[in-house]
Amino acid sequence: MIRALVGALIIGLTAPALGIYLVQRRLSLIGDGIGHVALTGVGVGLLLQQSPVLTAVIVSVVGAIGVELVRERGRTSGDLALALLFYGGIAGGVVLVGLSDSNSGNLVQYLFGSLITTTRADVIVIAILGVAVLVAMLALRPALFAVCNDEEYAKVSGLPVRTLNLLLAVTTAVTVTIAMRTVGLLLVSALMVVPVAAAQQVTRGFRTTMAVAMLIGVVAAAAGVTVSGEVDTPPGATIVILAIAVFLAITVGSTVWRVLRQRMNLDGNHQHAEPSDVVLQAGAR
Amino acid sequence: MSVVAVRHGAVTYGGRHVLRDVNFEVTTGQVVAILGANGSGKSTLVRTILGLVPLAGGEIDLFGTPRARFRTWARIGYVPQRIGAGSGVPATVGEVVASGRLARRGIFRPARAADRDAVRAALEDVGLLDRINDPVTTLSGGQQQRTLIARALAGRPDLLVLDEPTAGVDAASQEAFAAVLGRFAERGGTILLVAHELGPLEPLIDKAVVVHDGRIAYEGRVPEPAGHHAAPGHDHVHPHAEPERPAICVAPTDRMPAS
Repeated sequence: MIRALVGALIIGLTAPALGIYLVQRRLSLIGDGIGHVALTGVGVGLLLQQSPVLTAVIVSVVGAIGVELVRERGRTSGDLALALLFYGGIAGGVVLVGLSDSNSGNLVQYLFGSLITTTRADVIVIAILGVAVLVAMLALRPALFAVCNDEEYAKVSGLPVRTLNLLLAVTTAVTVTIAMRTVGLLLVSALMVVPVAAAQQVTRGFRTTMAVAMLIGVVAAAAGVTVSGEVDTPPGATIVILAIAVFLAITVGSTVWRVLRQRMNLDGNHQHAEPSDVVLQAGAR
Repeated sequence: MSVVAVRHGAVTYGGRHVLRDVNFEVTTGQVVAILGANGSGKSTLVRTILGLVPLAGGEIDLFGTPRARFRTWARIGYVPQRIGAGSGVPATVGEVVASGRLARRGIFRPARAADRDAVRAALEDVGLLDRINDPVTTLSGGQQQRTLIARALAGRPDLLVLDEPTAGVDAASQEAFAAVLGRFAERGGTILLVAHELGPLEPLIDKAVVVHDGRIAYEGRVPEPAGHHAAPGHDHVHPHAEPERPAICVAPTDRMPAS
């Protein structure tokens, strides 16, 4: 249980810190695609009887670099290339897992996460890689922000744009792989994107959006693990549903707040406001 | 001293020549305007100088160094046509302008007081200091353009390169623009700008370079406006130019009857 919680908290903090750059670039679904590719890595690991986490990291890093190189070319066929890579990844994973001796229940563990079977060694790997990703995302924030916000300007500023893009690709792959034990390959993208989407409903700047998104990620992860322990639901899906609930609550709350404030402003300025029928007549003339 | 030098510059897009045998020079303290119709290759020319478009032939020197070996990018402040594709995540005016310091401070060193001062000074210069904590998406088009100028100025560059800075910008912002560029030039800065229409920038320009069909057709003083461009009260408003696709004929909006 403690191991499960530690793993979930690290992912809850790391995934949104990386995801904000993907959202800013309008690559929200890239994590999902890399997750598909990682499944082939899991299949390779099970077939060779190696650690599936290790082989998944290697295969998804290779896949992510491939995706980045396709994106950099900016060809329209890039879309199709991505589709081939993603579906090839998931089909390859299913076939390889089928070829190995492990049963299909094993596959579900990776697709939807399985915190309870997380070993001590897994948690150590998750902690080391998670902290590395987190430090990179926080320390390089100005440079990564510049690249994601305006790539051409970043190039003219002499920033190592290509290296930074590859760094983002590699850290995405690493985050997907370490999150696969917690939320699973099919849901990992949600933890990268949903907290950011929720935070930006109420924030004005990039730095505050990042901080609020990380907070939402950690709270959803902690609450998700606790709730799933109490009512015996799968932890990964529970974490994601809680994150979406936070998104809905913030969206509804901020909309209501905006409407209320407008009403109050209108009431306050009532004397000065022009009656609406006069405005309509003036417009019609 | 030479700031930008292009010798026999050539650019091709998918086998088609966009620029051919382009030669020109910008020296320290000059304000140079590159003029031309949509699709003439004028934007491609500045993008090639900055290394955003590969050179198919010829040479480009920046501050006397061949561009391939040029490393002091902090000396150049680039102002693109519009703000980066309006990303999904909010960013404040201050955060966008702070990107302009990266060329000076490098990517690993955190921002210091000097960096924050430079950001504030640049925003003061373009008259947007009071908007420093506002999301850029809440600004008008002209204010967003001024934010991009502030970003370039924050790096304290020696050369400003602007790509159609006044396209689709309201008259008040155009005047503010001209004032900012005027102050930069007075401090000894060099300016290279691409324009379709000079408007209030005209008195600043030392040299005009007219690009036509991928070649330099004229170089010298700003040409007198002719035809109905010269008519008093001619309201010259253009939409943002489409990204230049040379294979497509762009409708000559200048020649459409003014409504």
